[in-house]
Amino acid sequence: QESESENKLDGETASDSESKSEFGGSPPVPTSDDTPEVLNRALSNLSSRWKNWWVRGILTLAMITFFFIIIYLGPMVLMMIVMCVQIKCFHEIITIGYNVYHSYDLPWFRTLSWYFLLCVNYFFYGETVTDYFFTLVQREEPLRILSKYHRFISFALYLTGFCMFVLSLVKKHYRLQFYMFGWTHVTLLIVVTQSHLIIHNLFEGMIWFIVPISCVICNDIMAYMFGFFFGRTPLIKLSPKKTWEGFIGGFFATVLFGLLLSYVMSGYRCFTCPVEFNNDTNSFTVDCEPSELFQLQEYNIPVVLQSVVGWKTVRMYPFQIHSIALSTFASLIGPFGGFFASGFKRAFKIKDFANTIPGHGGIMDRFDCQYLMATFVNVYIASFIRGPNPSKLIQQFLTLRPDQQLHIFNTLKAHLLDKGMLGSLEDA
Amino acid sequence: EVDLDERLGELDLRNDSDIPDVPPPTDSTPEILKRALSGLSARWKNWWIRGILTLAMISAFFLIIYLGSFMLMLLVLSIQVKCYHEIITIGYRVYHSYDLPWFRSLSWYFLLCVNYFFYGETVADYFATFVQRREQLQFLIRYHRFISFALYLTGFCIFVLSLVKKHYRLQFYMFAWTHVTLLITVTQSHLVIQNLFEGMIWFLVPISSVICNDIAAYIFGFFFGRTPLIKLSPKKTWEGFIGGFFSTVVFGFIFSYFLAQYQYFVCPVEYNSETNRFVTECEPSELFQMKKYLVPPLLQAVLGWETVNMYPFQMHSIALSTFASLIGPFGGFFASGFKRAFKIKDFADTIPGHGGIMDRFDCQYLMATFVHVYITSFIRGPNPSKLLKQLLILQPEQQLSVYKTLKSHLIGKGIL
Repeated sequence: QESESENKLDGETASDSESKSEFGGSPPVPTSDDTPEVLNRALSNLSSRWKNWWVRGILTLAMITFFFIIIYLGPMVLMMIVMCVQIKCFHEIITIGYNVYHSYDLPWFRTLSWYFLLCVNYFFYGETVTDYFFTLVQREEPLRILSKYHRFISFALYLTGFCMFVLSLVKKHYRLQFYMFGWTHVTLLIVVTQSHLIIHNLFEGMIWFIVPISCVICNDIMAYMFGFFFGRTPLIKLSPKKTWEGFIGGFFATVLFGLLLSYVMSGYRCFTCPVEFNNDTNSFTVDCEPSELFQLQEYNIPVVLQSVVGWKTVRMYPFQIHSIALSTFASLIGPFGGFFASGFKRAFKIKDFANTIPGHGGIMDRFDCQYLMATFVNVYIASFIRGPNPSKLIQQFLTLRPDQQLHIFNTLKAHLLDKGMLGSLEDA
Repeated sequence: EVDLDERLGELDLRNDSDIPDVPPPTDSTPEILKRALSGLSARWKNWWIRGILTLAMISAFFLIIYLGSFMLMLLVLSIQVKCYHEIITIGYRVYHSYDLPWFRSLSWYFLLCVNYFFYGETVADYFATFVQRREQLQFLIRYHRFISFALYLTGFCIFVLSLVKKHYRLQFYMFAWTHVTLLITVTQSHLVIQNLFEGMIWFLVPISSVICNDIAAYIFGFFFGRTPLIKLSPKKTWEGFIGGFFSTVVFGFIFSYFLAQYQYFVCPVEYNSETNRFVTECEPSELFQMKKYLVPPLLQAVLGWETVNMYPFQMHSIALSTFASLIGPFGGFFASGFKRAFKIKDFADTIPGHGGIMDRFDCQYLMATFVHVYITSFIRGPNPSKLLKQLLILQPEQQLSVYKTLKSHLIGKGIL
């Protein structure tokens, strides 16, 4: 019993006894102890088990506090934080690749990896910036040209990197170089696309950024707590410390948390309004007429729940219904991202991605469950929430040729006539 | 129980020369050819087989063009599937992982998912009228991204559940291999199809330029080759490279001149929902209308003409041919490096004398993307039908307000 609970306290990474048998022949990548001296001294009296628990706890609170501060500071700072997290995650995964393949001295490879990161970021940021900062871009001549030929420029930049890779191939190192090339590209695919989808979600409204991330964090913590107190049946061989009790308890707790958090946030414009760039003040503004998603409505409680809850109707924001979908995904599918990362760590015999956060490991260790969440939220919004943006469509319309404009106009007119919307306004 | 991960871990650390060779593919030359050429020496025999197959492939190419856009699309799809199969098979051979649980099914499943996603995005645009009429298709289109993502996630979760102790590293390698292969083959094939819909000339000229560059560089290298070009491919020479470049530019120029005259090649491919067929009929855009160009004084002395009648498209063909000759070969070098890295002679043995389909298409990798980026940057503006599709999804009130804005704009410009 004692060793079991000790295993549980060690957190989500493999416990020491488990890892010893896995590591077998090749030694694990060593990680130094990064705990600050202050903490070390303050906790020097406690046994190592409780010390670990305290370090994790303090760092958890520190990270959550940091999260709130960033939210308070606004969208611009949030974007920068997302960018920094992305770069750090990329760096962590690439470093693992270097360690696995002992390829730190391969010619050009460090430079090329960072160069590709720059290219892909340039491409994505360029596309985003063109969409959201349309008027600003049109005003400044250099920006306008960069935006018009953006895809071509991005492709040319990427091609340069590709050609440099081909020219850098060295006899007897071909396989290693191709491995690192593949590793870099897969890492880019995971890390950079996710971070850009997060920024897209952010522009939709800060609530679409905060609620999903909080649900994943809540599910992590709740599944751990439920597992700690009630855990009995193992969930999956990959992560021996996860239990079905933790999984199910975490699910219900997260759905409830999502409902409450959405209720609190939906009341404030700074969270529910899309982030817009104001050309006159050259800053981000979050001000609008809240959409109907964020206006209280009466819902009839299904008869089944009426006896339980005692009310006939309830006033809720429609967004809260969506939050149930988000929380469900965070609890049921999000953990698969964590299992994927666990499998990855076992495959390459590492304990943590890095040692950036004392007690927790690397940035990737904290964000592994978030991988799929950002994509899901983005796909969810595109499919169920917003349609295309009318003003953006008008902008695109204005760049077409006159005959194309006429064709579209006539088709739209025919469509509206069909629907009977143009009845009283009929004038050729 | 064999710990394959342990063995693989050692494999990763050793030098290339220590890695065992992948067993070579079997010889698939048909019996007929073998008997007909049995008299010649091995060198000439090889040359003849390559030559005959080259002619066979070019004839097949012309035949398919004649058969029309739909057959071309099917051809592109088949080539994509075969390329994917070839690369995945190499992965299996390299890692001896043909018996990994689920892996074959998962690889094909991911191919299906990604194809479904891309075809849904592009095809839905072009078949807009066909789709409007059918209710079930409307539903699939509206929630297309969500459905594609759900399908992909299913595959992802199955992968995670299929992870087996002592095989983790292998399984992750195959997962990554699959994804990189998808990135290369599927995106390229869809860009090729999008180029095709722009007009068959945008499909034919780039591909022909790459083929011409291949053949011309080979011939120039054969007759004049002296200085090696790059260590990766010892048979390539600078003379071949430069000779190939000039020949390809001239070839592209002349070929474009011929194709630009026919509506069949020049018009965007459209789907006619009444006849349920593809049609290529239109008013040729100004790219394909003869113009008088002033010959620069430098060339006037050489050519003796003051002006020349050309299609503007021919200027673009110079850009396409230049790319095909200068950057296209890097795709070939990449494939050569790949083959050396994994100690294989050819990607497969599908085409006798030539290797696999990938061996023929390695230089085309970058061409399709380049043509697509070129078209979106320099030729056409945003896609009107996509814009229309998005307009029709809007809420009725939004449609009405957009309608009013557009109307006032068009009246202001005097178009209405």
